[in-house]
Amino acid sequence: MKPAPRGAALPPLLFFLVFAAAWQLAVVLLDIPPFLLPGPLAIGAAALENGPALLSATAVTAAGALAGFTLSQLAGLLVAFAFAEWELVRRAGYPYAIFLQTVPIVAIAPLIIIWFGPGFPSVVVVSFIISLFPVITNGTAGLTRIDPELRQLFALNNATRLQLLLKLKLPHAVPYLVAGARISSGLAVIGAIVGEFFAGFGSSRFGLGYLVVLTSGQLKTAYLFAAILASTFLGLAIFWMTGRAGDALLARWGVEER
Amino acid sequence: MISIHELGLRYPDGTAAIDGLSAQIRLQEFVSVVGPSGCGKSTLLKLLAGLLDSSTGTLHIAGSSPAAARAAGHDIAYVFQSPTLLPWRSVTDNVALPLELRGVEASVRQARAAGLIRLVGLEDFAAARPGQLSGGMQMRASLARALVTQPALILLDEPFGALDEITRQYLNEELMRLWLDQRWTAVLVTHNVYEAVFLSQRVLVMGPRPGTIIGEYRVDFPYPRAPALRADPRFGALAAGISARLREAME
Repeated sequence: MKPAPRGAALPPLLFFLVFAAAWQLAVVLLDIPPFLLPGPLAIGAAALENGPALLSATAVTAAGALAGFTLSQLAGLLVAFAFAEWELVRRAGYPYAIFLQTVPIVAIAPLIIIWFGPGFPSVVVVSFIISLFPVITNGTAGLTRIDPELRQLFALNNATRLQLLLKLKLPHAVPYLVAGARISSGLAVIGAIVGEFFAGFGSSRFGLGYLVVLTSGQLKTAYLFAAILASTFLGLAIFWMTGRAGDALLARWGVEER
Repeated sequence: MISIHELGLRYPDGTAAIDGLSAQIRLQEFVSVVGPSGCGKSTLLKLLAGLLDSSTGTLHIAGSSPAAARAAGHDIAYVFQSPTLLPWRSVTDNVALPLELRGVEASVRQARAAGLIRLVGLEDFAAARPGQLSGGMQMRASLARALVTQPALILLDEPFGALDEITRQYLNEELMRLWLDQRWTAVLVTHNVYEAVFLSQRVLVMGPRPGTIIGEYRVDFPYPRAPALRADPRFGALAAGISARLREAME
């Protein structure tokens, strides 16, 4: 990502202020009941009132998302490595990797709860499954889409298989893995929240997904909005941090993202 | 040094890339191979490097097959059409790569790489990444990398084909200087007849598919050859003769 030019935040900020003012005005003038659509001021008040609970829920969801994200990076790289090193493994395994991408996670979430029980472990598993696919595809591409002349260069210097992996394939995969991690980070947050929808109960500390279910059930719509906003900010924050970490790594690498 | 006898290469689909090619290349000789696109001249280099296996005939480098010669420590360096540098490595680390793959100690390979980087005039860019260099500078780094193992044989696969004419001439002169200095055996593949005549002691002409040698020209101008040689009428006459032979083969 290129650094934003100065003053770039101004137009969206202005838009937000106008939008929020119009919203508040509409809610007051049209006398919309707060359980149907609370105004921005009511949402702000609910957020302040439930501040500690929101922060705690955000921390729980963040922990689930980061655990799922970390697992998907590690497992995804291992699978990509196996796919890249052995053609047969790739041909045998790739259809099932696509399965990860296409399976409706909502449909298998109950199954995951049966296997891993309610609570944090199931949330991590859902986050992991959702965020795994981009790591596998990008990792495999990074390890295999190498200029044939570079491979020949290594062959001419009698490079061993290990040297080829460590000095050519893995460094070549870095920009691809960075791009994969970026996509994966956003998905991991979504996965954690979806996981909490189904498995977020069963412990004293709950996450944002469970809070969404809870507040909607109780028609605490302003609080629900606050929880939705917190989820959005968490997603943005994790996506942004992954992006910055990736940019820093690529700058040291001296290459562009793939 | 290199002995090629009735060499042939047939692809799995049956088309012949090279057929019945014979040639001898002496130790420390500079030989160019010119031919139209697709005549199999790059394939010939890949065979010489042992990157491909021939279907028929024999090919010996220092008495054994290319792959065996390489395994026995007869280093064969290859300069590709593109610079093929690793973008995440500095120029120094790119040039030192062949030594690194051979397990040479870090201090030794850094010193050797630094020497060659000076030799090709890149000392101010030793720490730069390839992406920061011009095409001509990248090609010099590629040349330095090829020379770093002090190879006995260097195979050059149209290394200057993507460069502008002035840079090409300049690098031709530089390559000649390096060869006079170090005297490896060189096989240069090119479609540029002037480049071939300027650099080589001998020019082999390859005809279109299936590739085989259809002409051989000695180039007797003494070394070191000055840039002004390109304007010499005898130079022009020789180049014109080779071009005519090429055109005749394509018709």
